[in-house]
Parts: sequence; structure tokens; C-alpha cells
Amino acid sequence: MHVRNVRSDIERVETGLLSAMERHGFEDKSRFALRLALEEALVNAFRHGHKGLNADLPVLVEYQVTPSRVQLSIEDQGPGFQPEDVPDPTLDENLEVPTGRGLLLIRSFMTSVEYIGRGNRVEMTYDRPGSQTG
Amino acid sequence: MSSGGSRLRVKKQDSVTVVEFIDRNILDEANIQQIGEEIAGIVESANAPKLLISFENVDHLSSAALGTLITINNKIKARQGQLRLANIDPQIFEVFKITKLDRLFQIHDTTDSAIKSLS
Repeated sequence: MHVRNVRSDIERVETGLLSAMERHGFEDKSRFALRLALEEALVNAFRHGHKGLNADLPVLVEYQVTPSRVQLSIEDQGPGFQPEDVPDPTLDENLEVPTGRGLLLIRSFMTSVEYIGRGNRVEMTYDRPGSQTG
Repeated sequence: MSSGGSRLRVKKQDSVTVVEFIDRNILDEANIQQIGEEIAGIVESANAPKLLISFENVDHLSSAALGTLITINNKIKARQGQLRLANIDPQIFEVFKITKLDRLFQIHDTTDSAIKSLS
């Protein structure tokens, strides 16, 4: 699904993902985690990935929900980035810096997070707590 | 979804300005910017402001909202004021813990306890 940086597009994809999770019986805690990860990844894609590019460029969002797992990917059209270059926002010297927490939150709430290719595509997996996966 | 109206409920309790959010979800960047500007207006209109931000009714917030809280905290400190946060939902409190912002902010369970700490 292509998502533009407008609230109606973001809410449409969010509603689709959360409804699919609800149908599969994921609890509120899990839906909170996915909503946060999706919001943070979209903000990163539009604000950083598409920085200096046409503001109307969409990002590609794909997701798959099964009873035990959610897979979510977000791909922007920017030059990509190296996640290891992002400073650790939890260090004392960065605690009062107002930006740079999105990646940390995504990593904390998801089971696994991978940056693909030049770093313009993020693939995340969320395993349902307590489920036997594999 | 952004409208011309305020995104905050503001009341004065003793010497403390208590701010509540109208939105349940503090995610939209335009709304977050408006919230930041409204609270900055409150902070900048007082010397040594005492501000309590209540998260009652808030279900979600993003890292951009955390950034705005940090900016507000910095403005309050610059004016020798004090900031308290209260009524944070356990899931959102987890976000503060992960980012270690529970160390930066003084967080109280209730508005009463936060107001007492400011008096």
C-alpha cells in the first residue's frame, strides 16, 4: 500500500493493520506496540528518508498478520541510512536532545528489526507473546 | 484532523498551571507542533512557571511528542521553573522507561501528588 505524508493515508494503513490484528485476537498491548512502530517508521521515512525530496512522494507499506506473528515493512524512496550512525538517545549527554528516539522504540517493541539494502527499507517482525512460532 | 481550536485544557490550581490533552492520540506531527506552541506560550508568560502536564485520557504518543516534552522542559528550566508529569498510562510509561526519560522528568501517579510536590 502506498502511503503519502498526510494523516488520512497514515490512519488508513494504521486502521487496516490494527483491524487485522484484532481479527486475529492480538491484545491491546500488541496493537499498541505495532501502532507505535508503524508511526515511528513512517515519521522516519518521511522526515529523514525523504528529506530534500518531493514532499508528495509516497512510501510503500506492506504487512502480513497471522495468529502468531505480524510482519511489517516500510520502504521509502530516499538514499537510505546507516542505523549504527544514529546516536544512542539514552546516554546522559543525549537525554535532553529532543530527537532520535524512534529507532530505539521500534527496536524495543518489535521482536526483530532489519534494515535492507541501502537502508531505505525496514522490515520488522513481532511475535505474539507466548506463541510458539517457527 | 487539525483544527483552529486549542488542543489543550488548561486550568490553574493554586500556583500551578495544569495542562491536559484533548487528543487521545498524540501522534500527528501538526498537532504535536501546535501542542508545543501552546505550552510554550504558557511557559513564556510566567516567571519561574510551575507546570503540571496530565496524561489522563492519552492512549498513544510518539517520539515526536517526547521531543516536544523535552523542549518544554528545557524552556521551563531556562526560566527557573518546574515541570511535573502525571497520570501516565502504563503502556506509555513503558515508552518513558525505554527512552530513560523517566530519569529526566519528575513523574507522579496522580495530579494531587504532583501538585503537592510543587507547593
